[in-house]
Formats: sequence, structure tokens, C-alpha cells
Amino acid sequence: MTDRRTTIKLIVAAAAAFPALRARATYMLEPGASPPGNVRRFEPTMDGYGPDPDLIKAYAKGAFWPLTMSTQQRQLAATLSDLIIPEDEHSPSASAVGVVDFLDEWISAPYPLQREDRATVLNGFAWLDREAQHRSGQPFAKLHAAQQRPICDRICAASRAAADLQEPAQFFATYRNLTAAGFYTTLAGRKDLKYIGNVALTHFDGPPVELLEKLGLA
Amino acid sequence: MPFVTASTQRGPYDVIIVGSGAGSGQAAYTLCMEGVRVLMLEAGRQYTSAHESAMFQTPDMAPLGEAGTPDKNKGFYDATVNGGWDVPGEPYVSVPDKWGAHFTWWRARMLGGRTNHWGRISLRNGPYDFKPRSRDGLGLDWPITYDDVAPYYDKVELLIGVYGGDVSRENTPAGPGDTLLPPPKPIVSDHLLMKRAPRLGIPVLPGRRAVLTRAQDHRTIPGRLHPGNPRAQKILADAMRKRSPCLWATPCGQGCAVSANYQSTTVHLPPALATGNLDVITDAMVYEVTLGKDGRANGVRFVDAKTGRHEHVTARAVVLGASAFETARILLNSKSGQFPNGLANSSGLVGRYVLDTVGSSVGGQIPLLESLPPLNDDAADGLQVYVPWWLYQEQLAHKLPFPRGYHIEYGGGKGMPSVGTFSGLEWLTGGSYGKKFKEDARRYYGSFVYFDGRGAMVPNDNSYIEIDPKVKDRFGIPVLRFHWQWGDYEQRQAVHMQETFGQIIEAMGGRLQSPVITDPVKAIAPGGYMIHEVGGTVMGANARSSVTNAWSQTWDVPNLFVADGGVFPYNADKNPTLTIMALSWRMSDHILDRMRRKEL
Repeated sequence: MTDRRTTIKLIVAAAAAFPALRARATYMLEPGASPPGNVRRFEPTMDGYGPDPDLIKAYAKGAFWPLTMSTQQRQLAATLSDLIIPEDEHSPSASAVGVVDFLDEWISAPYPLQREDRATVLNGFAWLDREAQHRSGQPFAKLHAAQQRPICDRICAASRAAADLQEPAQFFATYRNLTAAGFYTTLAGRKDLKYIGNVALTHFDGPPVELLEKLGLA
Repeated sequence: MPFVTASTQRGPYDVIIVGSGAGSGQAAYTLCMEGVRVLMLEAGRQYTSAHESAMFQTPDMAPLGEAGTPDKNKGFYDATVNGGWDVPGEPYVSVPDKWGAHFTWWRARMLGGRTNHWGRISLRNGPYDFKPRSRDGLGLDWPITYDDVAPYYDKVELLIGVYGGDVSRENTPAGPGDTLLPPPKPIVSDHLLMKRAPRLGIPVLPGRRAVLTRAQDHRTIPGRLHPGNPRAQKILADAMRKRSPCLWATPCGQGCAVSANYQSTTVHLPPALATGNLDVITDAMVYEVTLGKDGRANGVRFVDAKTGRHEHVTARAVVLGASAFETARILLNSKSGQFPNGLANSSGLVGRYVLDTVGSSVGGQIPLLESLPPLNDDAADGLQVYVPWWLYQEQLAHKLPFPRGYHIEYGGGKGMPSVGTFSGLEWLTGGSYGKKFKEDARRYYGSFVYFDGRGAMVPNDNSYIEIDPKVKDRFGIPVLRFHWQWGDYEQRQAVHMQETFGQIIEAMGGRLQSPVITDPVKAIAPGGYMIHEVGGTVMGANARSSVTNAWSQTWDVPNLFVADGGVFPYNADKNPTLTIMALSWRMSDHILDRMRRKEL
């Protein structure tokens, strides 16, 4: 039996059961994510959006389940998101485009993957505050960026992190994934990447010949 | 009003069709166009693509950035509603339930069934695929040849609209040269594959998908498909004019409100309904085919999912197109004195020879594709090119440790960013955050490519379905119990996929996050992941060795037919939907012929 993270990685790789859905393949639920047991008996989550939601309606964050982060947690979420995706000359910061609401909705959701991420994120928040208190006597969000970065530097790469920091490093990886998910799915995120697709066209021309020549692919 | 209920139905009907997806939609289309009165029963709800498709909705507008959940497995905006690997109130049993030896069963309880969800890849089976046992001694032959089905592939391609190159290769046939629409232009990552894969002896062909890359020829196609039937020609011409060519935008899986791609609800059902010969009852969960004293099917029983009432509807003939395993389930649950083990099961083979597609995937990162200028890589939403199986002769000479092949579905490019696009980049970025992370995201965006092998499966005795003696669904209908096991051939094939994809990525100058998987048990996706299950009511040459004859007509009950993938005695690497439609059209022509001869 593989664990959930492994199966999700599998589906990221395996997304083209459906090339048509390639672009949004990651985090698709795949069947192994269901609890083990001989009888597969799925009942709709009474507090989720159900198997037949109205797809045309626009939904605010928190429309289907209440957001649960406290004010302090939201401050910490905004601080950390903006350390990961700060404002630059191309685009605003993560928190400026609603990523805190995205994160709050994510970790407040009733589904198994999100509940697992909730534990990871809230444990990670607690670790950050403990670490900040220990170093500077203040919660993480109250520190200066110059004090926050050394803490992040120790956990930003699981491959380099100390053995006793593997769990915080896993948290940082999850949190960076979620921040990027929230940011790059917004209009501002798409603009940052100079994404120009998903517009109705009368014909599809493919890439310019000059580019193919430059790449040696003409 | 063609959508009716058990009490407002307008019988008598000539044919009852159970299901509304690819096979059922095709049967309803073919029969209704020739004046047959059809009652279609769909287990799920009414669905109108034109009003319900969330075409231009973007991930930021959905809960969780459109990530899949147990409620909507393929993402919030996926066109499938009330469907997935788990359906509320409709359990199934898998024995044993351990990794690699369980089966997960995708269903879609909605009008149009699974055609609202599929990838629309439309490959023809080739001549070898109909006679595999004759070629290598394994599995089962079909009782028909490629030449029997080829005219129906032509017709289906013309009707539904399939893009692709009219290029033939060994066991990879194309039509007469005018049945396919032009393929989309390749994107940069496609050009790289086209340049490098041939260096390894691996061919690259235009992909084939059921998407209109230009308007259909409504002036000549109706006459070709319905010679001598001016009314059918007019109805089809009108229906074709109502379909728009592809907008080169939006994911097909979110549904197509302009009917540029094939869904049963936008292509098969509108002209069938326009004939006035089709009535549809939705929310009708069929559980039994009823038998008259004369040994012929006289109707079906269903539970009205809205009221819970049990209903019985009748007709001169019954077509089951409920999806391969649901059709087997209905037959196994249709027990009578004459058929104590289930209807049309005198062979004992209903539920046997169940098959799926072998799946295995590898992704890579290509430095040449980093930091490219802005590009619209949408094309028609995927599969501009693909790799057909290329080692038939090597297999025939026993140079490979597995007898049957696979094709490769390939993708890349700057698709719309999703919640997963920038997940797990540490292996490339070294764990960057801050402005460096944003720079890295720009650099790597569009530099990933994906290879998905889709391979043939040889039937084995350890994979079968039966009725569970205890568990029932919310309607009180006994459920299926799955037994599933991949054979050594499939597992070795999956390892070959992994190694080959690694070699191609290397030839493209790319890199892998982790080595390819060479453990045969782990290289292969579990049963049901590919959603290509077929078999269970297989066709064959005689009543002892199969459930239906070459016309998809059950051996035991002459007016009972199977229109879905249940009749496949072999699942080639080619995605099954196009073949399901071609066989359903062929079956329907046979029904018409027998009706004209007063045999039905």
C-alpha cells in the first residue's frame, strides 16, 4: 500500500489518462486515496460541496465550509506566504491576491487530503512560533524579515535540512506548494508567467518558425 | 416532449436501450434515424452541456483551486457529475483489496454517461487486434476482422468528427483518406519529440481525438452516412450545422457548450431526439431484463431513483449499453427458472474475461524548454502527436518479454497553471523561496513533458466479476465483486514503458526527478485507473465460448444485445471508445436488418 503522498505523486505523473486535462492534473484525486477495506462505500461528505454542485455559480472562499484560521494564524499565514512569494517588479505578493483565503479554505476543507495538510500546516505554524520565541522572544509574524529568513533557511530544502528538522522541512515544502497553488492560479499569477492561453481563437497557428529555428527544431 | 417518465412514456417501443453513453448513444442514433421507436433509460440525471458546462471558469473561481476531491475526482469543473471511482450509495467489493490487486470502478450517473469525461482519444483497432490469438497463441480472437469493422470506423469518424493524420502504419490503420479532420499544429515540446524520438527508432504520428478542428462538411457527410434516407440526411445536416469548430481554448473535460468535441449528449442524442423516435427516462436505475414465456426479452425493470418506485417497461428488443461491467451486473442479477445463473449466461462466461488498459507514466524536465517566450500551447487541448506501437516484428520474433504493445500519449507546454503546476520543484530549485522562487517558476514553467503508456492486456482467469452475496446498493440491488490481477506480460510491458520513456527523455536532453520504476509490480497502475474496462459479456464464434455472437447479440436470447465495451474479447492498446461506437453502429444495422425481415 502506498501512502497518500505517493499516490498523489503518481497521479501527477500519470495525469494523461487524460491529456485533455493535463494542465490541471495535479491534486486530482485518484482511487488509491480511498480508505482500505473490501467494500468501497462512499457517502457524500455532508459538509463538502457534494457530487453535483452548481458549476456555473461563482463561489466566495468559505461558501461551502467555514474558514477556521484565527487572526494570529492568518497573520502568520500572510507573513510566510509573502516570504515565499513577495512582491517584485512583475507581480504583487501572495497575500495581496487572496492567497491567505485560499490557504484558509484549503486547511478548513472536510476532505482527507486537506485534513492531512491541515495537521501539517498547523503543526508547522506552531513550530515556527516556538522557534521564533526561542530565538527572539516574539511570535514568528512579529519578527523582522531579517530574523525570519534564517529560520526558513534551515527548513526550506528537505534534502539539506538537519535530521531533527525533517518534519518542519516537510511542512515548509507543503506550505510552499500551497502558496504557489494559490498564487499561480490567480489572474496576477498567470500574468506573472506571461500565460496567454485560454482565449477563443478562429485558428491555432502553433509556435513561430523563428523560435523553432532558434531551438534547432525547425 | 422526448424526456418522459414511466407513467408518461409513449409506448409501444421497438427497442429499449439501457444507458446513454458512447455505445447507447450510437445505437439510439442509428436506430432512430431509420424509424425505430426507442426508449432510452439512463441511471443518472438529465444533463444539458450547453447550459451546464463551466467552459471558461478558471481554477481560482472554484473551491480549492479546482483540486480533485472525493466529491469530484477530476476537479470541481469536470463535466462529470454524480460520478467517479466512488458513487454515493453504490458500493462495490474488491477481493483482495491490496495494492495492485484491487479494481476501482469509475461510473458516471448522468445523461451521456462517461462520454462527458473521456479524453476523446480515438484510435482504430488494427487487423492484429481482432485476431491476437491467431497471431501469438494467447487470449481470444474476435469473431470478426478489421475489414468487418473498417466501414463502421469510417462512419463513426465522419459522424462524430475526429482529427488526425491519414497516416497508416503496421496495425495502425487510417480510413480511406477523407474521414479525419486536420490535426492541430504541434507545439514546441511536440517538435522536440518529433526530432528526437526517431533517433531511437520510435515513430511520432499526429494524434487522433474527437474534436472538430474545422466545421464538419454538412453537405456531403449526411448523404454518405444515410444514403436513400433524405429525412435522416436533413436531421444530421441540421445537427452538424449546430456544432461549432474548436475555439482552441478551455479544457475539453469541463464540457463543451458549443459542441466542438464529442459527447453523447451533444452529438448522438440531439439528432436522435430530432427524429421524434427517441424517448428518454432519466434517473432510471435498471436492474433486470425480463423474459417472456417464449424465451425472449420483453422489457426491463428499474428503480426510479427519485421516487424509489420499481417500474417495468417493455419493448420488442433490449439493448444493454450500461457500461461493460454494469451490463454484466444487470445480466447476473436477471435470474429466472430458465437462467438460474443470470440471463444469457448458459456459457457461465458473463463476468469473465474482464480487461483494462495497462498504464504507466514518466515525467521529465527539459532544459531546452526553459524560459521560452510567451506561447499559447492550448491547441485542441492535448495530444497533437502520439507514438503508436512500433515493435510488432520484434514481438513476433519473441525478442521482447511481453507479447502485446502499447502506444504513448504525450504532453507538454505552457498550459494554464493549476494548483499542482509548481508543486515539488525542490529537486530543481534546491528549495528556493522569495524572489528566487518566482524567478524559478518563470524559468521552469512549460519545461515539463509527460509520457503515458497505454498498453494491451491479455485476458487471464484471475480477473473476473461476480455478484457479491451480501452487499446491496441504496436501491437494494446486489453489487459487483471484483477479482483482479495483472499478468506477468502486463507488468513487463509496464517496465518497458518506464525504460523507454526514460530513454526518450534522455534523448530530449531532459532529466528525471527519480529513476524510472523497474519493479514490475510497482511500474503498472492498478486496475481501473485507466477507466478503460471492457469484457465480461464477450463476443465469440460459438455459444460455449462466448456470451454474444459477432453481431453483439446474446447467444441465449435472440432479441437481447450488448452495445458497450462488454463484448470486447481483447483490449488492444487502442482506447476503446471509438471501437465501442463502431461495433454499436454495426449491431444496430443488424437489428434493423432483422426487423426488416420480421425476425425481431
